[in-house]
Amino acid sequence: MARTRARAGTAKAGANLPFLYRHHDKDALKEALYKMHLIRLFEEGAEECYMRGLIHGTMHLSIGQEASAVGICLPLTDDDQITSTHRGHGHCIAKGAEVSRMFAEFFGKTTGYCRGRGGSMHIADVSKGNLGANGIVGGGIPIAVGAALSAKRLKNGKIVVCFFGDGANNEGAFHEALNMAAIWKLPVVFVCENNQYGMSTSTERSTAVKDIAERASAYAMPGVIVDGNVLSEVAEASHEAARRARAGEGPTLIESKTYRYRGHSKSDRNRYRTKDEIEDWMANRDPIALYEAELKALGIVSQDEIDAVRAAAAKEIAEGIEFAKESPAPVTADLERYVYTEPA
Amino acid sequence: MDAQPRELSYAQAIQEAMVLAMEADERVFLMGEDIGIYGGAFQVTGDLVHRFGEERVMDTPISELGGAGVAVGAAVTGMRPIFEFQFSDFATLAMEQIVNQAAKMRFMLGGAVSVPVVMRFPAGSGTGAAAQHSQSLEAWLGHVPGLKVVQPATPHDAKGMLLAAIDDPDPVMIFEHKLLYKMKGPVPEGHYTVPIGKAEIRREGRDLTIVATSIMVHKALEAAQTLEGEGIDVEVIDLRTVRPMDRETVVDSVRKTSRLLCVYEGVKTLGVGAEVSAMIAESEAFDFLDAPIVRLGGAETPIPYNPELEKATVPQVPDVLRAARDLVKGAR
Ligand SMILES: Cc1ncc(C[n+]2csc(CCOP(=O)(O)OP(=O)(O)O)c2C)c(N)n1
Ligand SMILES: [Mg+2]
Repeated sequence: MARTRARAGTAKAGANLPFLYRHHDKDALKEALYKMHLIRLFEEGAEECYMRGLIHGTMHLSIGQEASAVGICLPLTDDDQITSTHRGHGHCIAKGAEVSRMFAEFFGKTTGYCRGRGGSMHIADVSKGNLGANGIVGGGIPIAVGAALSAKRLKNGKIVVCFFGDGANNEGAFHEALNMAAIWKLPVVFVCENNQYGMSTSTERSTAVKDIAERASAYAMPGVIVDGNVLSEVAEASHEAARRARAGEGPTLIESKTYRYRGHSKSDRNRYRTKDEIEDWMANRDPIALYEAELKALGIVSQDEIDAVRAAAAKEIAEGIEFAKESPAPVTADLERYVYTEPA
Repeated sequence: MDAQPRELSYAQAIQEAMVLAMEADERVFLMGEDIGIYGGAFQVTGDLVHRFGEERVMDTPISELGGAGVAVGAAVTGMRPIFEFQFSDFATLAMEQIVNQAAKMRFMLGGAVSVPVVMRFPAGSGTGAAAQHSQSLEAWLGHVPGLKVVQPATPHDAKGMLLAAIDDPDPVMIFEHKLLYKMKGPVPEGHYTVPIGKAEIRREGRDLTIVATSIMVHKALEAAQTLEGEGIDVEVIDLRTVRPMDRETVVDSVRKTSRLLCVYEGVKTLGVGAEVSAMIAESEAFDFLDAPIVRLGGAETPIPYNPELEKATVPQVPDVLRAARDLVKGAR
């Protein structure tokens, strides 16, 4: 299943064209590339700001997982909803958030998506359907099912995508939520981003089944495994799961096999995996490199165009950081605001 | 006009509130374990499933954590769920969703969402159900900013507070004492609300303020009746809401009576009465106190099975009488 750089670029125009290229025009394909770069550069920018002391707390970077976030969100509309995780910057961007307001949130500013109350771990953009990252592993899974229940009852045509990690699949909330989504046939897509570790614990040591997708059968829903570093594969699975959800056929569990390059959070010393392992993924299975190689092999974009996409993303990031720096900080007198809904 | 208001049981009053809310608003629906054809463990939902169908009176699997989370998710996305816990004790399985998600979501998102979920908790001892089905955990949830926590003591308030909770844009946790479900009392017809955050003076008096919650309100009133014959004039305040607590009503009363007795069923230490006591100790009423504040709360033990032991675990009328006499006669 795993696509390597050697195999990438072998895609040929014609009948066997991968899904992505049959379903999306050049603009959409470039937009997807733009978002992948935007996520990568956002994470690098956030990391740098953190190192320079401009951002405090901690953060969980999704570098290496960009194809998963972007591919899953490709078939979604702005009205569709997602629940995200502690490693949620990529989901937030893929769902359409503005990086300036995300940086502002990380800087704790009032212009941030959560007015500086949430930070990285609670980043959300409700206007674009992102109901929020979560500091609790598995915390968003039942909430996604509730949102899908609303969609079904309100008949508003929305579907809900629920992101979570391999670690979360061992929480009770995962099992309770999948069961309910299945018995009520709700329009929800469960996306397990299996980056092989929950902090330091490998899935091999934490999880009784080999593939997390196997757990779908316990809840009578399709379980699909995709190479999470290959945008087209992710998008194809997401497309089909979204179609099922919209058609009232119920939930799907997608296991997106991927890898995080950075440590779990800012305090990780990477003692549970080898340098070779990390470098192998970076050198041979980088999702952005794989996608670019495919785009070029199919003659869809040139290297110049790729460079331009990346430069545009870098510009947006730089402007976003500036915006965050210049934004006002909240005042302490407002500390107790937003605990309860203010009377209208 | 209507001199004799009709009487309903506490459970019927809750059911009537749910019916009114569901009739008025398509978004309101009920979720819980065995609330459909079974009618709920305490028959609060009764046969509502026949009237509103399985989509609006939804049986959930035995999944408290997941169920609470589904209710939270539905609430933030436009529905008005009322989630029934079969026993309040099972809140322990759902604390994650209640405390980390429902209570904090609005705040964490800087006000971008509200979480209009109602959760109902059959609570309290006295049914012989022993340690895991008899607790009074309102102080646990009362400790959490973002939640509102109420304990209606009468059928009238059970209906009015539930309707207020459904109208409320924030998460409201309702603790219903199981022994109150069958209690009857006057309940007005139609829609009315009892404000969350407002205590009620159930009986006026000069000599002593008793602040009581839930079923203890009735024990306090019974004791007050007896004490009246002894020349002790007791004011009984039904706290009704644990969070946000009605400071003004309690402070004003203690300023008047100069004595405070707190009576509550939850474990005494770090319970609701501890907060009421501290509130008075910190207030302008402190200078008016003629005696130390006294708390009567649940014993420092799990609820035992044996009925005599069970009774001994929570304050009873004779305990209230004794404490009140001591307080007023200056024995303390
Ligand atoms: C309920 C809970 N337990 C533990 C943690 C601490 N924690 C945060 S992230 C994490 C690992 C999660 O692993 P996974 O679900 O695979 O997500 P990943 O970090 O790999 O993206 C742990 C243990 C937590 N936040 N919440
Ligand atoms: Mg993981």
